[in-house]
Amino acid sequence: MSDEKNTMNEQRPAAGSGAAEAGAPETGVAKTGADDVVLRIEDLAVDFRTEGGAARAVRDANLVVRRGETVAIVGESGSGKTTLAMAVLGLLASNGSVAEGHIWFQGEDLGEAGPQHLARLRGTELGLVPQDPMTNLDPVMRIGRQIDEGLIDNGLRTRRDARARTVELLDEVGLPDAGRRASQYPHEFSGGMRQRALIAMGLSGRPALLVADEPTSALDVTVQRGILDQLSDLTHELGTAVLLITHDLGLAAERADKVVVMYRGEIVEQGPARDVLRNPRHEYTRRLMASAPSLASRRIEIARKRGLDDVLDRTLLAHEDGAADRGAAPLVSVRDVSKVFRIRGQGLLGRGKDFTAVDGVSLDIPRGSTVAVVGESGSGKSTLARMILDIETPTTGTIHFDGRPAGGSTQAERIAYRRRVQPVFQDPYSSLDPMYSVFRAIEEPLRAHRFGDPEARRARVEELAEQVALGKGLLRRFPSELSGGQRQRVAIARALALKPELVVCDEAVSALDVVVQAQILRLLAGLQEELGLTYLFITHDLAVVRQIADRVLVMQNGMLVEEGTVDEVFDSPRTEYTRTLLDAIPGKDLELAL
Amino acid sequence: MLRLVGQRLLLLIPLLLGLSVLLFAWVRALPGGPVTAMLGERYTPEAAAAIEAEMGLDQPLIVQYGKYLLRLLQGDLGTSLRSGRPVLEEFVNRFPATIELTVVALIFAIGIGIPLGYLAARRAGTVVDHTAVVVSLVGVTVPVFFLAFILKYFFAVELGWFPTSGRMSPTMEATHPTNFYVLDGILTAEWDAAWDALVHLILPGIALGTIPLAIIARMTRAAVSEVQNADYVRTARAKGIRPARLRTEHILRNAMLPVLTTIGLQVGLLLSGAVLTETVFAFSGIGSFLAEAVFNADYPVLQGFVLLIAVTYALVNLLVDVSYGLIDPRLRRQQ
Repeated sequence: MSDEKNTMNEQRPAAGSGAAEAGAPETGVAKTGADDVVLRIEDLAVDFRTEGGAARAVRDANLVVRRGETVAIVGESGSGKTTLAMAVLGLLASNGSVAEGHIWFQGEDLGEAGPQHLARLRGTELGLVPQDPMTNLDPVMRIGRQIDEGLIDNGLRTRRDARARTVELLDEVGLPDAGRRASQYPHEFSGGMRQRALIAMGLSGRPALLVADEPTSALDVTVQRGILDQLSDLTHELGTAVLLITHDLGLAAERADKVVVMYRGEIVEQGPARDVLRNPRHEYTRRLMASAPSLASRRIEIARKRGLDDVLDRTLLAHEDGAADRGAAPLVSVRDVSKVFRIRGQGLLGRGKDFTAVDGVSLDIPRGSTVAVVGESGSGKSTLARMILDIETPTTGTIHFDGRPAGGSTQAERIAYRRRVQPVFQDPYSSLDPMYSVFRAIEEPLRAHRFGDPEARRARVEELAEQVALGKGLLRRFPSELSGGQRQRVAIARALALKPELVVCDEAVSALDVVVQAQILRLLAGLQEELGLTYLFITHDLAVVRQIADRVLVMQNGMLVEEGTVDEVFDSPRTEYTRTLLDAIPGKDLELAL
Repeated sequence: MLRLVGQRLLLLIPLLLGLSVLLFAWVRALPGGPVTAMLGERYTPEAAAAIEAEMGLDQPLIVQYGKYLLRLLQGDLGTSLRSGRPVLEEFVNRFPATIELTVVALIFAIGIGIPLGYLAARRAGTVVDHTAVVVSLVGVTVPVFFLAFILKYFFAVELGWFPTSGRMSPTMEATHPTNFYVLDGILTAEWDAAWDALVHLILPGIALGTIPLAIIARMTRAAVSEVQNADYVRTARAKGIRPARLRTEHILRNAMLPVLTTIGLQVGLLLSGAVLTETVFAFSGIGSFLAEAVFNADYPVLQGFVLLIAVTYALVNLLVDVSYGLIDPRLRRQQ
């Protein structure tokens, strides 16, 4: 084991010394390993065995990653980008296999190397930073130990020295108080801290190639930025080549030297990041550009290009007029609202502490408009939304809806209130009952509020499905048979079933791909125009805000720190915090490309 | 953790109170009243009157219950009608035998069930998997007493590999300081006695352990199937850790969480299965004694044993809950 390790280590400088040949044509030299190519994928095809025979997830893939270079693979979910990366690591699901082509890693063909050899490369020469920090750490093992074990098993450190190295690694990725943190369990870490631990893990063997699979998509924008900076700094310093998998074109533009666009299992376009973004040649890349929620995306212009200007114009004009007409009577009026939670003390003698989630917030939501509340997780934005939904009661302050106190004092009043205010939640995967068909999911609120007879309900469900552009055929399906975008349409149809006046969207599009996200946002804008809805948008994604909102409120630590129209806040932010949030949006560079 | 144990022990109080009411009502509700039921064929009006007076059955029900409860609190569970000895003493004498049998059955069930379930999940769709599924299906469906007879017939009577009945060969001379025969043999260094007692435990242990084995195997299979596809397992593989470490520290440890709950529930099943198994193998534990008590209408014994078995069951499940917290750090804080 140790002998092999030594030989492998010796190869590293050898591969790097070929840097002078960087300009040499890419074909033909890979097999010798004499240039600076770390990874070369040739005509790769990956199949998955399914009940209906073999399904090809990736076909004819060709790409090259050089030493120290960051190559981004961009595509929507199901495009095969993760499959491609997993094929490189030899971590395809058990029913997946490389059907054709070659993967050359540092001059050797991984297909011929065999699984054992590949297993030895993982954790040493090949590293992985996985996508979801919540599910990628073993919940019953201390963080430090999860890094120790890789160091020990790969012969990088002895059992005794491993922990010291682990603490160094955690420190390196910016985890504060790494020594103490190492002996904690994953559930004691925040999402950002977990992701840092996973990066430390991925880089612990000082790999020549790091596969970073959507490394920050589950995190807040500001946290995202910090982590990506850390990752870039480290890989730059260590000369690590990075294969960055992402659905976010903005992120790719900002972080990668080269962009590879995948669509339905094929690489449809690749080249230097700037070139691909400035002159997208493939139709799909153009669509991806158009959907990208970035500061530059100027939703209205893009929408106009796509022939939706009527809808949008009317929407915008509608509430400009509306605001003037009814300026005096906002639909929702929140005054000095605070919410204090009591945190349970720990241990037998622990005392409870008070935690102020929302601190003296006042705001108005004009009828027919869209107000967005932005902030990081923990800023109190969701608690505010829950109080407006009458799921939580304010500790102090008042909330008025249509001139009367929100919610109501009796059960009947509360039920009536629920008809007028409806939520759409973040995760369409978990907010729909898996045992309910789409029809039943949309029908449920109608039943609960005793709407008409079965025939009338059927008609209403079909009408709703049409409004959210769900085919009639989908009504009999179950959530597991739908895509994320379709599920969110179901959730929207369900919310609209009772003809509410206010729809509270809590991160309603955050879990969706950009293309789908743009579709849903367009749908919401259209419905607002058609039905005169008022939206409260809760999100951490400022780019989405620019696409949909009229007014923006920025929350930090439970307090409202900034408020204004979208243009005011985006073009001349008044507080440092808002500026940080704006800076953190990936893909400002896209502006140039557009 | 201590708080959890304390809370759970406090919960035992209402549980036992409720059970005592049920047991009290049960005896009073017997056809013809408890005295008729107890005396059976020996019934004479004189004997009945004597017992009624002795048991205080002529007093109001609430007074009777109060006295019953008071005796329970003093550890007096009544006297066996048949042997004339205190019920508690009978229980304490026989319980070690049943514990030994249960432990052997559990070792058999866990020792084979978990590896079998694990292999079935890791080799899903192969011969190993299908065999495991069939074995566990058969294991669940075969009645305990039938399996006990079959095992006894083939391995004890026909082949003569194991003794047919009892806890120890009648010719064996041994001292029994604890009444756990295997343990006694080890403590007193009477190795032949320990071995003899162990051999006597094997067939009844297998008979009793088969159903739990099947259930544990299925549970393990399901849990491992899920865990081995978890993201963190893939990430662990990406770290290049040894396969043995991946299996034990990541896959098995996480998969054990639901299996552990199952094992706790199986202990109750083992206690009821012991009645049948011990009867077939003439194994003198609480199971065979209970069966005898049923035939002889020995109500104080039935009442007392049910109560004691309930306590045992509750304590075993407390133990399972505590160990759950040891395996899963996320539960420690909640507890």
